[in-house]
Amino acid sequence: MTMEELPTMKKKQYLEQPKERISGSEAIVRCLLAEGVDIIYGYPGGAIMPVYDELYKYQNEIHHVLTRHEQGATHAAQGYARISGKVGVAMATSGPGATNLITGIADAQIDSTPMVCITGQVASHLLGSDAFQETDIVGISTPVTKWNHQITKAAEIPEVIAKAFYIARSGRPGPVLIDITKDAQFEEFDFQYKKCDGVRSYIPVPKTDKGSLNLAAEIINGAKKPMIIWGQGVILAHAEEQLKAMMEKTGIPAAWTILGASAISTSHPLNIGMVGMHGNYAPNVLTNDCDVLIAIGMRFDDRVTGKLDEYAKQAKIIHFEIDPAEVDKNVKTDVAVLGDAKDNLTKILPLLETKTHHSWHQKFKDLYAIEFEKVIKNDLHPTKDGLTMGEVLNEINSKSGGNAAIVSDVGQHQMITCRYADFNVSKSNITSGGLGTMGFALPAAIGAKMAAPNREVIAIIGDGGYQMTIQELGTIFQQKTAVKIVVLNNNFLGMVRQWQQLFFNKRYASTEMTNPDFVTIAKGYQIQARRVSERKDLGYAIEEMMKSQDAYFLEVCVEKEDNVFPMVPSGASVSDIRLE
Amino acid sequence: MEIKELFTVSIYTENHIGLLNRISAIFQRRHINIESLNTSVSEIEGVSRFTILVKMTEKEVKKIIGQIEKQVEVIKAFYHTDDETIYQESCLFKIKSDLLFEERQIQNIIKDSNARIVTVNKAFFVLEKSGRRNEIELLHRELSVFGIMQFVRSGRIAVTKDEMKITEMLAAFNN
Repeated sequence: MTMEELPTMKKKQYLEQPKERISGSEAIVRCLLAEGVDIIYGYPGGAIMPVYDELYKYQNEIHHVLTRHEQGATHAAQGYARISGKVGVAMATSGPGATNLITGIADAQIDSTPMVCITGQVASHLLGSDAFQETDIVGISTPVTKWNHQITKAAEIPEVIAKAFYIARSGRPGPVLIDITKDAQFEEFDFQYKKCDGVRSYIPVPKTDKGSLNLAAEIINGAKKPMIIWGQGVILAHAEEQLKAMMEKTGIPAAWTILGASAISTSHPLNIGMVGMHGNYAPNVLTNDCDVLIAIGMRFDDRVTGKLDEYAKQAKIIHFEIDPAEVDKNVKTDVAVLGDAKDNLTKILPLLETKTHHSWHQKFKDLYAIEFEKVIKNDLHPTKDGLTMGEVLNEINSKSGGNAAIVSDVGQHQMITCRYADFNVSKSNITSGGLGTMGFALPAAIGAKMAAPNREVIAIIGDGGYQMTIQELGTIFQQKTAVKIVVLNNNFLGMVRQWQQLFFNKRYASTEMTNPDFVTIAKGYQIQARRVSERKDLGYAIEEMMKSQDAYFLEVCVEKEDNVFPMVPSGASVSDIRLE
Repeated sequence: MEIKELFTVSIYTENHIGLLNRISAIFQRRHINIESLNTSVSEIEGVSRFTILVKMTEKEVKKIIGQIEKQVEVIKAFYHTDDETIYQESCLFKIKSDLLFEERQIQNIIKDSNARIVTVNKAFFVLEKSGRRNEIELLHRELSVFGIMQFVRSGRIAVTKDEMKITEMLAAFNN
């Protein structure tokens, strides 16, 4: 619940409370409540114990989820944030508790996920003394946080936490870490909370230059072969409807980056698929054929662009972007439209001419037909014996109707999932795009399911990544979180093996895995579990999984040495994408 | 291949613990060596100013400015070439006092270089010189013949010929 949605009485209570003398730790919990936090993911320990004591007191107002590792807490907070658009909250103690948050924080930073992490710290008089469980977490987290701060006095707590939430959610979102010394948690002070509505040195949304909008519209109207690539910026700006309106009015084919997936339904006729290393054939090839490339809320990541010197050189590039540092960072733009994507797409729509671009769109269809023949057909409807990852996705689509939220991990299964999952609802593709964090999916799925309990949340994970955060089955068990877990087991670190096959002369160094009995492990946590290794059993197993009201684990033993295609080899141009 | 040149990066910031770390990390991450760095108060009360000297291409420095400005507590960052700034460095030499009386040449060097004697005692004297890098290097070469007990040089400080509109930016926030 956001502040806006709080019942008026409750809101009044938070905003107009008289000053009250309370401890720093109670203030922390009260600040979180004032920010509308309903769930915290975390792990207790010495330096954060005063806050946990308050959480005990406030357990009816705020639900603390004990993950089995602090990294799990950050990914769960990420999953929560990605599906809901709200700020995820993770909490940990000092020292190792704090350092275990770093992977999740780095992941949230590169994928622009709003998250506030609160860490306990040793008492202020011990700072710098190498005290037990002391670590310079502010120093360590600096390069991977949007902002961070250490609190040593209780009186700082309300203002700093208010600022933390404001910074995490505003502009281009990101993670914020607040480190609070134990003495500040114990100290009593006169508490009063005021939400933050601005920081003078920080401009969350840059002003849009009207001239840039006019110029962009003029270029788009004059284009013969225009193409849109949208990214997560569309989702973060809640600009899905505006993008759809723009596509439909202008008839411009639109592709998406991995994090942009689900913003527009995969069944929309102008949705031409994913760009990037394992994206679709047509949008990759035609990036180097279009005359105008309209990038919306995306950052030209190297996995999207391939070789920069040969990326869309023939095209005029228009970049709708909230973060000025992204403009011209990788690809030189002709027109940068700075600002909020929703605002700017709304403003540009009346300036755009109604068109269809039939023959240009046909080019995408023709290339899709080639991709279908060479790749998709064999992935989704294989005739060989071994199961493919693609057919599992195909089966999930047919049972979910494209309405499930899909949380994927990192590797081959992730690429297959993002290529083939059907999406009808925005914010439904939750995956670690920028950092490529194996182990992301299981805890992220927990957070996503808790934030959207009425939605079907399916985690699709490889056998490698699954074992990186498999301990979070304990969280699922304890919290009774009804996530569906599908492990696509090929007994390999599949993506690395694929590269070894293609680029390292099939020298499979440390990529083959001897795996435990995953079904037995799941059953150990009293999670209903099934293993499928034959095609005839797949449909039934997925149906059983989808019907289950509780958590469900499904292991699918897939072909060991399948590869993901198409593929833009590292360092190659996007138009040199390989189909085999 | 663009040519690398010296740029003076001027950054106006809030006075926040850890910001130096955050800013230096931006350079470190891109494997850029900081030639010199100075932090001080600025012309605006409560606003700090970083002056960083770096050698890089203009294309690179533009991106760096973007990354710096993105930091929450950075108000504004600029980059300038040497031609666009008035800049100085400052240095201190600690030299044996005997030499001041025994070596006539030293007195001439001090006079010609516009250096200033800060203090003299029986054992040593301290010479201060502000100026361009080449002036300081020349003085260093001339004095090193006689022996220098200690030498230290500050980072570059610079003001720009053109205006940097920070006050207006801050006023805009307050309104």
